[in-house]
Amino acid sequence: MATVTEPATKGHVIQEIYPPHPEGLVGGNHNIVTLGDKIADVVIGGHTPKAWWGFFLFGFMLLQGLVVGLTYLFYMGTGVWGINQPVAWGLAIVNFVWWIGIGHAGTLISAILLLMHQKWRTSINRYAEAMTLFAVSCAGIFPLVHMGRPWVGYWIFPMPMNYGAWPQPRSPLMWDAFAVSTYLTVSLVFWYVGLIPDLAVLRDTAKNKLQRITYGMLSLGWRGSAYHWRRYEKLYLLLAGLGTPLVFSVHTIVSFDFAVAIVPLWHATIFPPFFVAGAIYSGFAMVVWLAVPLRHFYGMKDFITMKHMELCAKVMIATGLLVSFGYFCELWMGWYSHSEFEWSTTYQRIWAGPYWWSYWVLIFTNTVFPQLLWFKRIRTNELLLFIIAGSVHVGMWFERYVIIITLTRDHSPGAWGRYAPTEWDYAIMLGSVGLFITLFCLFIKFLPMISITEMREFLPFKQGGRDGHAVMENAK
Amino acid sequence: MNDLHDTTPALHGIMAEFTNADALVAAVRTARESGYTRMDGYSPYPVGEVADELGFPRSEIGAIMFIGGLCGATFGLLMQTWITVYDYPLNIGGKPFWSWPMYIPITWALLVLTASLSGLFGLLALCGLPQPYHPVFNVPQFKRATRDRFFICIESTDPNFGDGQGVKTFLAKLNPESIAEVPE
Repeated sequence: MATVTEPATKGHVIQEIYPPHPEGLVGGNHNIVTLGDKIADVVIGGHTPKAWWGFFLFGFMLLQGLVVGLTYLFYMGTGVWGINQPVAWGLAIVNFVWWIGIGHAGTLISAILLLMHQKWRTSINRYAEAMTLFAVSCAGIFPLVHMGRPWVGYWIFPMPMNYGAWPQPRSPLMWDAFAVSTYLTVSLVFWYVGLIPDLAVLRDTAKNKLQRITYGMLSLGWRGSAYHWRRYEKLYLLLAGLGTPLVFSVHTIVSFDFAVAIVPLWHATIFPPFFVAGAIYSGFAMVVWLAVPLRHFYGMKDFITMKHMELCAKVMIATGLLVSFGYFCELWMGWYSHSEFEWSTTYQRIWAGPYWWSYWVLIFTNTVFPQLLWFKRIRTNELLLFIIAGSVHVGMWFERYVIIITLTRDHSPGAWGRYAPTEWDYAIMLGSVGLFITLFCLFIKFLPMISITEMREFLPFKQGGRDGHAVMENAK
Repeated sequence: MNDLHDTTPALHGIMAEFTNADALVAAVRTARESGYTRMDGYSPYPVGEVADELGFPRSEIGAIMFIGGLCGATFGLLMQTWITVYDYPLNIGGKPFWSWPMYIPITWALLVLTASLSGLFGLLALCGLPQPYHPVFNVPQFKRATRDRFFICIESTDPNFGDGQGVKTFLAKLNPESIAEVPE
């Protein structure tokens, strides 16, 4: 009979040399132990790279812009912004749509790529989901403060109240409130369910009592029982199944905010697919932006390989072309519709209006410049990829800016106007960037940035895993 | 010996440790074929075959989420109908009061919301989580259940458990890394 052995918790040395991963999705020489240790050590090892402090302090500094900007806004009212008639929707809505768009790649990677058996989602889904949560949180700020009276923001939800009035369920604004809050909640549930087994890993590898208790409580006492795993996997798969149409519906509803209004160039059926493609485009650009520091400062090149970066770049070029097709359709419909208002607004947007330059910034940064991604040498060059992703961030911001600025040229020239954001618009916008960076830094420091459990399952049999993504096969 | 002075804790079960998932699957299969019914397998990542061998081929989560989603969607549609047709009818651009296509987005959002939440709470309720204490955590080597080891635990509620000696002998034949008693 075998004897009881003391668990070896340290010094696990790999003697074997494993063959390189057939699809190039895991580098280095890892088995399930070294892989888990490497990811968990970032959280429980107590060593924080200097760069983390740099990013955190930078983000925290920008965050003060949000604090000061919102304080002044609440004190003075929305007049401190550049909004006016006709441009009642200023940077607040630009930033809202921009952030919501970025927030779509997380669920896309987690849910859609899971359903499509894409193995490469495994090492990027966790931080992409965190990115989603934080981006949607940033987005949520803007419509709330844009109301002017944020303390009655809850009126957008139907609640039986004594004055007997209800919000309007035929209005996209109410749809938006439901869609965005559902998206945030479901993303949080998906993220947390995925985290539970990893929190148990952290509990069992904790270096001190505080970590053991904190992660122990957060892991809810997860013990890896086969009965629990079976339910867990089913839940995970079904959440992915619900999350996939949810991603599409949320951004479709965001686009309805515009498309339902009878404004030239807004009132178009192209908007929902065009917005969804744009959301995925900007979300993948953000995934690339976050992957680069994780690879460099945390040495995660073994898990987030160049192959992952290249695949993200390929998704970017595909969605980028969809978006560009949307730009073309807008021009085409403006001309082909023979509607005087559609065409003259198009003409103002691209040439004769005061903001023609913003349209061309958009076309250059979103359509022209990212075409470089056709070349494999550029897709596999981290610096160039980073620059192109940055270009997409600028482009996607300008896309919404161009849409908003359409309001300056409505049907009647008597109603034309100008719009310029003020320093308070920019303070809140940059502040929301600070909020995102701060939250993401805290996430990196306190939670595993890559799913340990899923990566272990993903490793080939020889390395202790189950060779691939088994969730689909086992979810019953 | 008087039971009151017996300091040996009651047994939750007997646990055996394996180094890979296939050994665990084989162990559970052999145990089932040998007539054991009350047992559980523990692994650092999901191994579906273990649940299959344990006789748990299908979880309840699908049904729970379906019912949850159905309730949410029904509530959403009825709520909007109540608002726009009965409690606060408004003529919006000559549309009928019950303009149901406009109610789809909120109905859908509530379907997803309630299905997801019922799935989460269903999982927790069925698994009995949160449960910070469980007897299996008393075994020192169980720490590696979230690391690289796979465990089978034959529980003392099993009709064939007896005093546990037979279970130990049985598990030893499976060539495990270690065997341990799991105190209650």
